[in-house]
Amino acid sequence: MSSPSTSLGSVSAGRKIKDRLVQGLVYLAFALAVIPLVSLLWTVVKHGAKRFDADFFGHSMNGLAGKDAGGGAYHAIIGTLEQVLITSVIAVPIALLAAVYLVEYGGRSRLAKVVSFFVDVMTGIPSIVAGLFVLALWLLTLQMGFSGFAGALSLAILMIPTVIRAAEEMLKLVPNDLREASFALGVPRWRTICFVVLPTALPGIITGVMLAVARVMGETAPLLLTIFITKAINTDPFTGPQGSLPTFIWDQAADPNHNAVDRAWTGALVLILIIMLFNLVARLVARAYKPTGR
Amino acid sequence: MAKRIEVSGLHAYYGGTHAIEDISMTVEPRSVTAFIGPSGCGKSTFLRTLNRMHEVIPGARVEGKVMLDDEDLYGPSVDPVAVRRTVGMVFQRPNPFPTMSIFDNVAAGLKLNGVRRKSQLDDIVEESLKGANLWEEVKDRLGKPGAGLSGGQQQRLCIARAIAVQPQVLLMDEPCSALDPISTLAIEDLIAKLKNQYTIVIVTHNMQQAARVSDRTAFFNIAGTGKPGKLIEIDDTSKIFTNPEQKATEDYITGRFG
Repeated sequence: MSSPSTSLGSVSAGRKIKDRLVQGLVYLAFALAVIPLVSLLWTVVKHGAKRFDADFFGHSMNGLAGKDAGGGAYHAIIGTLEQVLITSVIAVPIALLAAVYLVEYGGRSRLAKVVSFFVDVMTGIPSIVAGLFVLALWLLTLQMGFSGFAGALSLAILMIPTVIRAAEEMLKLVPNDLREASFALGVPRWRTICFVVLPTALPGIITGVMLAVARVMGETAPLLLTIFITKAINTDPFTGPQGSLPTFIWDQAADPNHNAVDRAWTGALVLILIIMLFNLVARLVARAYKPTGR
Repeated sequence: MAKRIEVSGLHAYYGGTHAIEDISMTVEPRSVTAFIGPSGCGKSTFLRTLNRMHEVIPGARVEGKVMLDDEDLYGPSVDPVAVRRTVGMVFQRPNPFPTMSIFDNVAAGLKLNGVRRKSQLDDIVEESLKGANLWEEVKDRLGKPGAGLSGGQQQRLCIARAIAVQPQVLLMDEPCSALDPISTLAIEDLIAKLKNQYTIVIVTHNMQQAARVSDRTAFFNIAGTGKPGKLIEIDDTSKIFTNPEQKATEDYITGRFG
């Protein structure tokens, strides 16, 4: 009975205005975030569509100069897929084991702290430095030649810390109750991790791996130093220079002829499409393994 | 199947914190022993020392002896994993494995310990679910996720999961505190049935529940914040609730505590 206007009905005009204002700001921020993204996609699709043809996917640039029409990125697509596959094969197991160590075994031990610190440091490594490292160690010191594998090594250096961080966060999210439930059944720790903890965290880990794959797939700088540039198809990632989409785009875009520039645009479009396709597949896989609620 | 537990001079620590002090007691086989006492008095900690779950927590350690019939659980050559297979546990909050179906939840302990034969698993899963009074409710949807059941059903699923590995002793840490009265009744009926086969220890904050389900009751108390929890007395439930030896026990069960 404090004030006469205790009716529950109306919201004061001031609050309504504030509500509208903040709502407007939120939509504005959203639009600002989306505009560059849509514009970028649109530009790439518009310019890339011109050469989005069978030739592009079926041919390499072997024997073609920048001014020539035709040609394609077959060698680059093969190269990128092989390099990213090798990168993932190297990086994902190392990163997963490291994350499992940090969350399940490391605790507050000194080693865990050191590992965690260096993961943070590695996350901040500029990609060109990863490339230089492989150049210095693999190509110059060990005297190995340019190859897709060397490229994959440099990409793995970039991928490992990202996957460790993502997997670590996901493992931390697994409720401790589940670990205890498993221990209480007389299940050893390693089996608990393999059959209870990892499956529960799997959807998140897959998403993290895919984001890391998407990131390294677009890296150009380390590849220029490690796989070099070739216009020919090289399906063997262990010997000789290999193509890749980022270096293909870099090479073609640097050529002033409009045929080359068109190829660069289509290369960018294909790269984006491959990353989107990977993400889509990852989402489907993650959904298939998702812990099902009620 | 059921075994006697004899605890003598047991202390438990969390890092530098002395959590429970000098506990000695005997838990009789094929009976229900209830632990009561105020929050933080070490009931759950003590319960967890009985299947070596206490030491799962970083920095936690135990001193003293826990004899399961004639084996010391803390003997130098004893494998804690084997102890936990012998002494099962049900937790306060139902915690079915979210990635597994009802069937797989019950079979989890066996599968993760290497039992693979489908027919054998089928039998044990059915038997365990019947043992947990859940079979009739779930027999047509064994392939559905365990997390889709109601809270009470989930807790019975966890009990089925615990008895599927055929332990000698079943520890229950406030198994009904997250459940409604109907589900609580279902669990209590189940406890009454299970005590024919197992040694059961149950921690509860509900004194009526202790009075209803248990044969013996142990009262734990704590002298003050930061002090270790102690066992005040253990006796037949009827005696504890009508004529306890200690004044503190009487104060607690009659609500005059604190």
